[in-house]
This record gives sequence, C-alpha cells and structure tokens, in this order.
Amino acid sequence: MIAIEGISKRYDEVQALRDVSIDVPEGELFGLIGPDGAGKTTLFRLLVTLLLPDTGRMTFDGRDVVTDYRYVRRHVGYMPGSFSLYQDLSVRENLEFFASVFQTTVEANYDLIKDIYVMLEPFAERRAGALSGGMKQKLALSCALIHKPKVLVLDEPTTGVDAVSRREFWAMLRKLKDEGITILVSTPYMDEAAQCDRVGLIQDGQLLRTGDPATIAQAFDRPLYAATGEDAYRLLQALRQREDVEEVHPFGTALHVTARSDMDPDNVQRQLREQGFTGAHLAPIRPGIEDLFMRLMR
Amino acid sequence: MMRTFRAFLRKEFLHILRDQRTLLVLFGMPVMQIILFGYAINTEVKEAKVAVLDLSHDVRSTSLIDALFASHYFVDAGHLRAPRDIEEIFKAGEAKMVVEVGPDFARRFAEGRAQVALIADASDPNVANIVAGYAGQMITRWTAAHSTAGIPEAITVEHRMHYNPEMKSVFLFVPGVITIVLMLVSAMLTSISIAREKEYGSMEVMLVSPLRPGMIVLGKAVPYLLLSLVNAAFVFAVGRFLFHVPMNGSYPLLAAEALLFILTALSLGLLFSSAARTQQTALMLSLFVLMMPTILLSGFIFPTSSMPWPLRILSNIMPAKHFIIILRGVMLKGVGIDVLWPQTLVLTGMCVLLLVVSIRKFKVRLQ
Repeated sequence: MIAIEGISKRYDEVQALRDVSIDVPEGELFGLIGPDGAGKTTLFRLLVTLLLPDTGRMTFDGRDVVTDYRYVRRHVGYMPGSFSLYQDLSVRENLEFFASVFQTTVEANYDLIKDIYVMLEPFAERRAGALSGGMKQKLALSCALIHKPKVLVLDEPTTGVDAVSRREFWAMLRKLKDEGITILVSTPYMDEAAQCDRVGLIQDGQLLRTGDPATIAQAFDRPLYAATGEDAYRLLQALRQREDVEEVHPFGTALHVTARSDMDPDNVQRQLREQGFTGAHLAPIRPGIEDLFMRLMR
Repeated sequence: MMRTFRAFLRKEFLHILRDQRTLLVLFGMPVMQIILFGYAINTEVKEAKVAVLDLSHDVRSTSLIDALFASHYFVDAGHLRAPRDIEEIFKAGEAKMVVEVGPDFARRFAEGRAQVALIADASDPNVANIVAGYAGQMITRWTAAHSTAGIPEAITVEHRMHYNPEMKSVFLFVPGVITIVLMLVSAMLTSISIAREKEYGSMEVMLVSPLRPGMIVLGKAVPYLLLSLVNAAFVFAVGRFLFHVPMNGSYPLLAAEALLFILTALSLGLLFSSAARTQQTALMLSLFVLMMPTILLSGFIFPTSSMPWPLRILSNIMPAKHFIIILRGVMLKGVGIDVLWPQTLVLTGMCVLLLVVSIRKFKVRLQ
C-alpha cells in the first residue's frame, strides 16, 4: 500500500532523513518509533504530500506521491502532531466542518466513526477546548476518518494523553485495522510498539531496523540481566566500573546490564555483595525494544 | 463545493462571535478611535485662555475686547499692564495668546490706522495658528460692524475654510478611521486567522484534503470581506450620527470603492499570512508593516504634502492614502468618479497585483 524507497530530506542545516525505505502492505498497522527530532514528522509530511523529498521515491496505493498528490490527498486520513482542532467550536461543529472539508457528511460515513463517536456523543455540544486530552484525540481521529480513507497517517497521536486513553486509542486503531484500513502511526513511547503489527525504529533521520515487535528485540545479541539492590545510583556506578560489563542503563526500578561474553552473573552478584550491596541481585531477562534501541543508538 | 464554502463561512463567523477579543477589535476599536480622534486629538480649539493688553482703554477698544470674549472660543486670562508682562504670562502658561490693542485706538480706528497685535504662544504651533486665526476673523467681523462707511479697514484677515468651515477635524478623521479600521479588519484579522490555522495544525489537514488551494483562500477571504463591509458601514454610521459627518456623494460609489479597498487589504493579509507561522508573527507583521505606515504616511493625520520627498513617494504606495482621498472626496466634497478616477485606477492596479501575488504565493505544500 505504501512504498518508501531511499527517501532523503534536508532542511537548511539539518539532514532530517537519510535514505529511508519502508514498505507497508495493505491492512497493516505500522509503528514508527523514535525520540523527538528523529525525523518521524518529516517522513509523514513527505508521505502525505506536504513536503517534497530531495531524493527517493514514494508510492501510495501504487501511485507516485509527488506527481499524483491529488490522489493521495483524496485517500489519506492525516492527523498532524500539532493538530488540536478548533478549541472554540463544539465537538459536533468540528466534525461537521471537517466533513465538509472532505466534501462529505457526518451521516454518510457514520458507520466508520460510530464506535468512536458514541463515546463523544454525550459531549457533542461541548467546546473542543474543554475536552480532556483523550477525548480530543478521539475527536481528532474521527475528523481524520470522516472521509473513509484508505490509509491513516497519525503523527504522535498519543503524546500527552493519559495511560487509560492511550490504551483505548490503540484499541480503536486495532479495530480500524480490522476494517481494512492501513495505518501508519508514530510514537516516542517504546511500550506502544507491542500494539503494532510491525515497527520501524528511527533515530537521527535513519531507519535503524524494522520488524515484528515481538521478535525485533531478538536482534539484541548479548546476554542481558536485570540488577536490583539498594542505592541504585551507587550500584550503577559499581557496575559501570566492571570490565566484564559492557553497558548499564536504568530502567524503572531495575538496572539493565549488558554483559560481555566472559561475564558470570553469579560471580558479579557475589562480588557486589562483598562490596557492600548486601541486597544485590542479578537475574537474566529478555531484551525489550527499548534495550535494542539503546544498543542501536550507541 | 457550495456546501464546503458555506461550512467555511459558518466556521469563521463562529470563531469571531465566540472570541470577545476579535469582537472588541471589530466593533470596540472603531468607536474608540473615532471618539479619540473626534474629541481628544481635536484640532479645534475651545476656551483658549487669552489675555488682553489694552493700551488705549477707550470705548472702541473695550467694545472689541468684549466681542472677542463673547464667543466660546476664548476665556479671559486677565488684563496685562505692560508689554513686559506678556513674556511672563506665557512662561507661566496662563495664556495661549495675548491680544494687544495699540494706543489711541478709538481715534486711529476712525482714521483707519488702528493697530491690534495677536501674540500667540507658538510652543504649540497648531493651537497658536488656530487661536490667532479665530481672533483674526473676529476682529475682521467687529471692524466691519463698527467702521464707518468709506474708511478702509485697519486689519484685514481673510480665513476661509472650504468644506469644513468650522475646521471640524472630526470630518477629516472619520474617513481616516474608516480606512484604518478596514485595513485592520481585512489584513490583520485575515492573516491572524490563517496563522491560527497553521498553529492549530488544521491548515495541514486542509492542505492534505481534496480542497483546492483557491477554495481555502476563498474560504478565508470571503468571511472577512463581508465582515469588513459590515464594519465599514458601522464606522460610517457612527461618524454620521454621532459626529454629523456629511455625506454629500453617492452611496453606491462609496460602497464600490470600499469593496475595492477591502480586497486590496485582504490580499495584503493573505500575503502576510504566507510569511507568518504563528498568530504572534502575523500580528506583529500587520502592526509594524501595515498599521504604522498606514497611520503615519497615508495623510490620515499628517498631510502628505508637507513630507520630505522620500516619504512622499512612500506614501504613494500606501493603498490607504488613495482610499482616504477617495473617501474625503465622496463624503465631504460630494464628487464622483469623474474626479476620483486616478485614485480609483491606482487602487485597482494595486488590488490586482496583490491578489495575483498572494494567490500565487499560497502554497499547495508546506514549503
């Protein structure tokens, strides 16, 4: 459905994207994951015809994105990262306006947005500015869906939204995917990767890796341990000084320790306890996407 | 297409109606400006303090002085005893003008050689000019009433004001205020409202939609065009009924010229909006690139004829300058297109040029 081949884009000073290639088959929920400034927004803007690439080629449903941009605009539902609706218009007024922008009506495509809109209906007359973050996201998604797009492009839709609403939002995306809509979504949250069919990790304008979120972390090619103990900061220092430890990163309450091949965890644990970390504990864990990201970013 | 367009209209009016600040700019500001320019920054002088130095103290001189103070223009600031008191009373700021009646006034008046000096405090040259002008007129009138036939008048002051015999500055300011308000509403509000769409991200959504750019421009321009017309009528009515500004010309001509000027200002607003990413930038651009030069260089307050030549040339590229001439012509002088065609032509040219440039600059993409 979407084919991106060797796309590069440069702003005056910054190389925003370097030779990025992604293929997204029809009906896939693809997640673009990376920190702020990685190039996610630029890539999406290129894809929805708002920017022109310096090099490379993109096709949308088999049509060239640059030359056949009118086709793309008819069939893409786009939600910009900065999209915040019209704060001074009510939920209904917002929806009706965007429906008429796409030369359709709320009624004509009601079945597609029905599931989302029923949640909004009690607030139909409320101004968008007075909605909660989660409600705003739902409304924005409804606006992007109003013309039954073939592809949804959502730029960081869950940024600044509470955990419950985020989960709800992803559930809605899964449902839309089941309706056959191809979805591209970007997020800075690694924990959302598991919600996607496939993810791409992007950093500094470069696509580091793409793959299945369940198996992509297997590319992490070293043994990984979770270290716990009192005084996490000093523990981190102690681990980083060791020859047999390659990297240590704090992850929530634990420290993730990337081992060199010669590391013996029992040995490390014993030595730490001798050093005064009486509660020190080392246990092997499966690497997650975040671990992989940290490693790829080195 | 029509439905989309109506939705644009509706949305834009909802924005305006729900935003008190915009409403205030739309309707509060014109009233404030007219009242400010009409009353406060008034070049009419009323109740100016005037002192008298009467060196004759005879029947004639007393009669002349009484005549001066009989009007509401002057109040008596006291009688001086010697010429050296003049300097003092000016320094103390107790008088704007001193009327000095020469010695032996009655006899010399009969001979036609009487002398009256009007000494004004020219630290405020405007007021000095006006006050001296008033006094001159009154003296002429008094002379005419009291001189015996056949004897030439001692002082001849000729002051005739065309179209504004009482020098009512508000008559001149109302066309200026209409111009400024139209400029502000059309250019500033349009550019701010487009910048707001960019800030909200809704411009991106609209660009990535089947809408043609022309439709987006039109959807922005037409609501503000209508608003500007309503606003122009409102300011006109305020001037007409609150200040009794005359309307001597044709209404259709006035409306047509206003439409032309609004279109010009609107295109300027569109042009600015392509440069501005945020509402703040749009506001700053409109204020400094548009408002200040419009107020200062359009002949609204300062006559363009007394400007140094570089500014005079600059004032010619201000659409407002030409529109003010047209407005004053239609409203005060009651002249028609046969007189105002040069300004109308210039304005039309500017309008077409700006419109073409601004539509061309409105991009289909973000860059």
